[in-house]
Amino acid sequence: MASKRSVIPFGPQHPVLPEPIHIDLITEDEKVVEAVPSIGFVHRGLEHLVTKKDFGEMVYVAERICGICSFGHGYGYVNAVEHIMGIEPTQRAKYIRTLLFELSRMHSHILWLGLMADAFGFESLFMETWKHRERVLDMLEWATGGRVIFSIMRLGGLRKDVPDEILKSFLPELDKIEEGIRACEKAFLSDPAVLSRLKGVGYLSKEDAISLGCEGPFLRASGVARDNRMRGYAAYKDVDFDIITSDDGDSYGRCYVRIQEIYQSASIIRQCIEKIPDEGIYVPIKGFPNGEYMTVIEQPRGGACYYVHASGKKFIERMRVRTPTFANIPALAKTLQGCDVADVPILVVTIDPCISCTER
Amino acid sequence: MSFVNFTKTELKNLFKKPATEKYPEGPATYKETTRGHIVNNMDTCVLCSVCQMRCPTRAITVDRKAQTWTIRPFSCIQCRRCVDNCPKKSLSMAKEYTEPDVTRTEKVFALSDRQKAALAEQARRAAERAAAAMEAKKKEMAEGKKDETKKDETKKDETKKEDGASDQTS
Repeated sequence: MASKRSVIPFGPQHPVLPEPIHIDLITEDEKVVEAVPSIGFVHRGLEHLVTKKDFGEMVYVAERICGICSFGHGYGYVNAVEHIMGIEPTQRAKYIRTLLFELSRMHSHILWLGLMADAFGFESLFMETWKHRERVLDMLEWATGGRVIFSIMRLGGLRKDVPDEILKSFLPELDKIEEGIRACEKAFLSDPAVLSRLKGVGYLSKEDAISLGCEGPFLRASGVARDNRMRGYAAYKDVDFDIITSDDGDSYGRCYVRIQEIYQSASIIRQCIEKIPDEGIYVPIKGFPNGEYMTVIEQPRGGACYYVHASGKKFIERMRVRTPTFANIPALAKTLQGCDVADVPILVVTIDPCISCTER
Repeated sequence: MSFVNFTKTELKNLFKKPATEKYPEGPATYKETTRGHIVNNMDTCVLCSVCQMRCPTRAITVDRKAQTWTIRPFSCIQCRRCVDNCPKKSLSMAKEYTEPDVTRTEKVFALSDRQKAALAEQARRAAERAAAAMEAKKKEMAEGKKDETKKDETKKDETKKEDGASDQTS
């Protein structure tokens, strides 16, 4: 006898979700047969503000697209406008941008680990990871003055220099964070109770990951070596790092990739502190941007596209942001097919959804 | 014995100080660089309105007639742009966060009496200079000097003086 299908609405308000996304789960008994995601609960019209804010002031709006990857959004917009205007920031500005970008990545990934621990019900692990994230936030506060929104980005460079003494003080902090994450890593990657919730859950093959257009750690966990940092923007061409991939393709693989990327970010920050040159941080800009440019940068959640079209006026005509969560939603729907209802919160968290970015 | 991996960390945590601060039982601690809220020194502010023009959220209002400087803390995004652009270095950033509130209040700051007197004195001097310049112009007109070259010279002098006067008043 065929079992009866029923629809379970998941979200937009759910204990595991930090932000509102709604998924209709079509289930047969305890198995999900199909998942239909829908978004559109937190649209704020930020892209349209580009026509009402001066192109310099727009940096503050771009930073506020998202709270977690705020630095990346500010960087993406500034990078596009700088290319249109033909401005080359100084090397020191590029190094500090790279360093802050990697600190953002660290805090985003550690935050994700905490959310993941919360999703599979390991509360003390959740609190332990967020304890280490606090250190990263403290470092960001030392460097920029802000914990979430840094307001340090500016067209032509940076608004504020980060003194060498502060940069040097990051080195022992990084050691402590790495030590703490290594302790948590054992729980995430070798604890039998945790493994039973992660191994084989939400498998996505390499072919599916490519054809569904996934981005970021979600894509790399399926064995595809694609990282936009390899394009060499900011100071990434001057530092050594490899693309971290996993062949598992399941939730365990996604966890592994993100943990390894935390160590990788720490390594990039150390290289930046070692190589940073002593020079100015700001190149004056003249005139208004005229032209269009599209850039792709690697946010903590994956590749984000920024398109800017300006026509030589004070206000830019069009700005468009394509965020990694938007690219990962089709793959999420695919991984949800055939999973248990109890695994749905874990799978939603594995794409690291950022709905504020996606809807802007 | 992989299942005891995290137990070690948990046991260690039992004998450590709490990682969090007991706020509001104790005072909150801030970094030296923290961007908390904007403070205006009303002894040095000249109400030039540069902060009002530069503020991306239009949180600052300068009223020259009433000689007040107003900030809406709920609109301020602590971006520090006004502080960076203040010509008199009157604005600064304090590290404590903005106080909580239940209504969208505005904080109004009036110029200090000393600064009011200083600005009034500046305005009086500027008015005197402008009046003197006008007087000189009238005198020359009355004398009926019609020589083109001389007229040009006096015009230049007047405009220079007027420019100087307007600088002082702003």
